[in-house]
Amino acid sequence: MQDFITKTVAAAEGQPQRLLEMLRAVQQAYGYVPPDAVEFLSAQLGLPRGEISAVVEFYGFLSSSPQGVYRIVFSDSITDRMLGNQALFRLLADLLQVQPGVVSSDGLVSLDFTSCTGLCEQGPAALVNGWPLPALTEDKIARIAGLVKQRIPLLDWPGYLFEVNDYIRQPGLLLQNPIAPGQALQAWRERGAAAVLEELEVSGLRGRGGAGFKTALKWRLCAEEAGPERVVVCNADEGEPGTFKDRVLLRLYADQVFEGMTLCAAIIGARQGFLYLRGEYLFLLEPLRQILRSRRELGLLGENISGFGFDFDIEIRLGAGAYICGEESALIESLEGKPGVPRNRPPYPVARGYLQRPTVVNNVETFLAAAAIGVYGGAWFAAAGAGRSSGTKILSISGDCARPGIYEYAFGVEMAEILRDCGTEDVLCVQVGGPSGTLIDSSELQRKLSYEDLASGGSLMVFNRGRDVLGIVQNFTHFFAHESCGFCTPCRVGSRLLQNQLDKIINGHGSAGDVAELTGIAHLLKNYSHCGLGQTAANPVLHALQRFPELYESRLKKISYEPGFDLDAALEVARRMARRDDPAAHLAQTEEEAHD
Amino acid sequence: MTKCINIDGVNVPFEEGQTIMQAAENAGVYIPHLCHHAGYAPHGSCKLCSVRVNGRVCTACTFPAAEGQSVINNSRELQADRRRLTQMLFVEGNHNCPSCEKSGDCRLQAVAYYLRMEDDHFPLFYPPRPLDSSHPDILIEHNRCIVCSLCVRASRDIDGKNVFAVSGRGAHKHLIVNSPSGRLGDSDISTDDAAAHICPTGAILIKGQAFHRPIGQRLYDLERIDGSPHAGEASHEA
Repeated sequence: MQDFITKTVAAAEGQPQRLLEMLRAVQQAYGYVPPDAVEFLSAQLGLPRGEISAVVEFYGFLSSSPQGVYRIVFSDSITDRMLGNQALFRLLADLLQVQPGVVSSDGLVSLDFTSCTGLCEQGPAALVNGWPLPALTEDKIARIAGLVKQRIPLLDWPGYLFEVNDYIRQPGLLLQNPIAPGQALQAWRERGAAAVLEELEVSGLRGRGGAGFKTALKWRLCAEEAGPERVVVCNADEGEPGTFKDRVLLRLYADQVFEGMTLCAAIIGARQGFLYLRGEYLFLLEPLRQILRSRRELGLLGENISGFGFDFDIEIRLGAGAYICGEESALIESLEGKPGVPRNRPPYPVARGYLQRPTVVNNVETFLAAAAIGVYGGAWFAAAGAGRSSGTKILSISGDCARPGIYEYAFGVEMAEILRDCGTEDVLCVQVGGPSGTLIDSSELQRKLSYEDLASGGSLMVFNRGRDVLGIVQNFTHFFAHESCGFCTPCRVGSRLLQNQLDKIINGHGSAGDVAELTGIAHLLKNYSHCGLGQTAANPVLHALQRFPELYESRLKKISYEPGFDLDAALEVARRMARRDDPAAHLAQTEEEAHD
Repeated sequence: MTKCINIDGVNVPFEEGQTIMQAAENAGVYIPHLCHHAGYAPHGSCKLCSVRVNGRVCTACTFPAAEGQSVINNSRELQADRRRLTQMLFVEGNHNCPSCEKSGDCRLQAVAYYLRMEDDHFPLFYPPRPLDSSHPDILIEHNRCIVCSLCVRASRDIDGKNVFAVSGRGAHKHLIVNSPSGRLGDSDISTDDAAAHICPTGAILIKGQAFHRPIGQRLYDLERIDGSPHAGEASHEA
């Protein structure tokens, strides 16, 4: 193993920042990160072993105990559930004779769930050793079970199992007007940094990840920071359930995204760039590296780009299964090879980001748009959109609709129009912007897609009448509790309290006081959490409470208080020990019951 | 001219680069806290020092003081919410004050009294957590750990040893020991280390000293955590 670690460390140039990449390699080779590997890495990198273990135990795709030779995880986004992932999961578990979360006794396979894998329009989906298995069916599950049992190496599995499709249903301004490689840089060269930045200002472009910070201002602030080294980071960690547009953009428009990053580097004076790619998109890694190579060959990356006398290159770093890394400062921590715990702010990344260097972090779509604006101008972009939301937004639409996929709309479009386009009927509610966004019901379809009204980082999920709203809320609430980084008290404890409290009500053990308690916990999460994850974690509970209060009420018992556990069952052990089963050895669940 | 921020109507001077907490401490203004400790790198995780700065909630231990800030520290709303946050810390672990060696010297307990916490409010989690008694002189009672990371920072920044780290995610966040076996007995911690003494709760204790000072004569038995005298039965009022 020591040789393997030595080679792995060498491949990562001995940089502690690339620890995640080394740990991914160890995980792949050994099926887990053995204690010896931690020791060797600690010695060779000069990092305390505790810090390495902390990274292993933080990321979902790394494990400190052995996993199966075939590690299969099912995406458990609500859209996967609606497409029947639970039944397929049970079928595979039966065929392979394994228990969820437990490695099979022969060490062959482990089976579990994971958060949304970004294949919502072609679910139910799973990952096998990190590779995507979209659009699962009973036939495919049977085939997969057979391949696993015969121990067929992944490379020899039939290609159709891994076929990911890109469904662009409605292209708009950006998707219909791609630029040629080098075109935006040429514009920068001809007009100068100040003029391009001015165009960006005119365009009104704001961050497409959801937060909506003005892009021109962010670049300007970073450029004004003192210090010799600046960094450009592209956030491709789209983990918000229901979002998959960056996956499609990186498949079909990656060259333009890289051009946007390079344009940013030229303007702010950066030499180093990163694309932080979510671990679930491992299958995009090699194709993206190929595009980087071809850009280097064309002189669009590397030293003295296009003979313009500036140097810039882009490195791709993979995540390892942590939603929180989509938060920009957590992403930077992860880029540095640490657990993805959001930083305290100020200082902001534009002042002190990667390795304390001034850093611009933007979403994939923001860089895509910036490159186009560099070529076509700010007015071209600002002609679309409305108010303080200019330009277009690319949406990932999934759930109950005839044509799930990618849609590009000018901001200001009404929900009703979007729903008509994607083919919906009998809509009950729509989740705009993912679980952290907004739940609207069918009376709100005149509301508009915009930063001022309904903001979205890209996710839009449709639910028909007949869907169980509380089940959806429960899925989202469990998601946040699972993905909380655990740094701050309100989110670490509060997200779990919220989950338990909601489960209690849904399972029929709640009373009126329990609903009030839900809002109390929600208040603490929203106001005191360290970052956006905790601050929005209670949105699903609250939004559903505002719109569908009768659903909560229908689950409540008509009593003042009910314990969250079964009192009589809890006495079972005591009864056995005392060898009693007389009426006095039993307890009624509530006083009301006792008097019946 | 000295620069000032305003905390609850009182002008508090500060120097450039100081946090609100530092300015408040220098002026003798108490802001409840657990993960903060003077002289340590700010952490901002327990959230007990949440204050309203010009209307916005910020953690006083991380937020830079700036001229013209109006800070609300001691309001009904903040005290009530801090009490809830403290209750969260109690229910996620296994805290039994009456039988705890640290009782009376415990900052978690003292903050809870200061905030007039009289029950757990939330359902208890009862997490199964181990005890590490492998070290001859120092004990880790994980049941009482609130993952404030003070021991991590003490060992790393003051002792230069990196004995501790915080591992895991979400509810699985926990303290780990940087030794090959993961046990404290195999680490190079010593009783002279700052890390052996910094714990605000009874999670890291020096063995054999638990009751040298009797209950009733301990730090927070004599005065409240904000430095004020105990006011009779006042703490039992709502």
